[in-house]
Amino acid sequence: MFNLFKYSSPASFYPLAGRLAVGFGIASVMLLVIGLYMSFFVAPTDYKQGEGYRIMFIHVPAAWMSMWIYVVMACFAAAGMIWNTRLSSMMASSLAPTGAMFTFIALWTGALWGKPMWGAWWVWDARLTSELILLFLYVGFMALESAIDDPRRAARASGLLALVGVVNVPIIYYSVQWWNTLHQGSSIKVVSGGIETSMSEIMVWTLLVMTFACWFYAVAVSLSRVRSTILERESGTAWVKTLLTGDKA
Amino acid sequence: MLSALRCIVMRDLTLAMRHRSDVLTTVFFFIIVVSLFPLGVGPDAALLKEMAAGVVWVAALLASMLSLTRLFADDYNDGTLEQLMLVPQPLVLIVLGKVLAHWIISGLPLVLMSPLLGLQFGLEGDELIMLMLTLLIGTPVLSLLGAIGAALTLGLRGGGVLVSLLVLPLYIPVLIFGAGAVTASAAGMGADGHLSLMGAILLLALVLAPWASAAALRISVE
Repeated sequence: MFNLFKYSSPASFYPLAGRLAVGFGIASVMLLVIGLYMSFFVAPTDYKQGEGYRIMFIHVPAAWMSMWIYVVMACFAAAGMIWNTRLSSMMASSLAPTGAMFTFIALWTGALWGKPMWGAWWVWDARLTSELILLFLYVGFMALESAIDDPRRAARASGLLALVGVVNVPIIYYSVQWWNTLHQGSSIKVVSGGIETSMSEIMVWTLLVMTFACWFYAVAVSLSRVRSTILERESGTAWVKTLLTGDKA
Repeated sequence: MLSALRCIVMRDLTLAMRHRSDVLTTVFFFIIVVSLFPLGVGPDAALLKEMAAGVVWVAALLASMLSLTRLFADDYNDGTLEQLMLVPQPLVLIVLGKVLAHWIISGLPLVLMSPLLGLQFGLEGDELIMLMLTLLIGTPVLSLLGAIGAALTLGLRGGGVLVSLLVLPLYIPVLIFGAGAVTASAAGMGADGHLSLMGAILLLALVLAPWASAAALRISVE
């Protein structure tokens, strides 16, 4: 039987992470090339939004990834708390920068898209606001982790914060949504799901390809980041020493 | 168990009464922040009335957050916290006692001050009562959630700034429903929905937050 716990040891996970990172990295680049070609040349011009809608092909995957990575991060943090595995918290902390980056990309591309479409860089729409709050949660996680010098304490404290955050995410999301509908003063409306139905099949495919490109990129990057973290944290152990001296020889 | 809870609350209240200026600082911070808004946006009465609930609520958030650093820090520095963690009573209970004391010291004065500030902004009658009521339900949530942040940042350099980054995003739902209830009642819509949701958040925080703070304290004090 495949033993999951075998790979909870940093020493046995390190080489696996290296192989996986390369595999996912190559897959991500290939999908990205295909996805970008499709989004610029294959996908037809939208009848309403013109060429500007193409920014959606990076915006939507980034927004999905930003939320998904937070959930994955919280799962790793929970695993770290439950089984007290070092690797889980290392994974959680190496996911955070990628998640924050995708959140930022989603906000940034959203602003670039919003200017020509809505006539405003920013509106206090429910989804924009909750995405912004998600960015704050990521920043808080990373700030707390970097403020604590002892890596064990840093991992556990930031893990707890991630769990508190993930409990709050739905509460924040719904409160922001209700807040927005109650304060309905804005003339601009985002039709949720409206894009989905009006989208042609090729657009859906392009979006899927781009989503997997982003997903695999996130996996590859966080795995290579966790490799550095493993080497840093385990620098006193024998296997790291043999690994490093073996590489030199 | 209840006697332990009462003991912690009474102890923290006594300590606070010995340093009365700390309590007053929080209240005056609250008043000053609220008073800054008319100076910033101008004395237009209609605009101020519309903003009132939001301004008072944001100021309450900041004032409550400002006093968070004192929640565990003094006990941590003189070693009392370590002793408190060794007592046979559950740590969750002790945290709950400290949070309760913190709310009485820094949350309750804000509730009592809020009608006066509401009057300055031109709120009247039902709106004032609603403002007080939402703060009465909401400020305990602020203390409860803030305790998690305070426990996580215990003994860290720059803990005060860090705690704001950690807890302010978590305060957002309370702010939305608190200020929303006042606005809704001012607009003639019922605020029952808002109040129910705030009550639900309070209950949820009351159950989960002391537990999370206790876990955070165990991480910070080792």
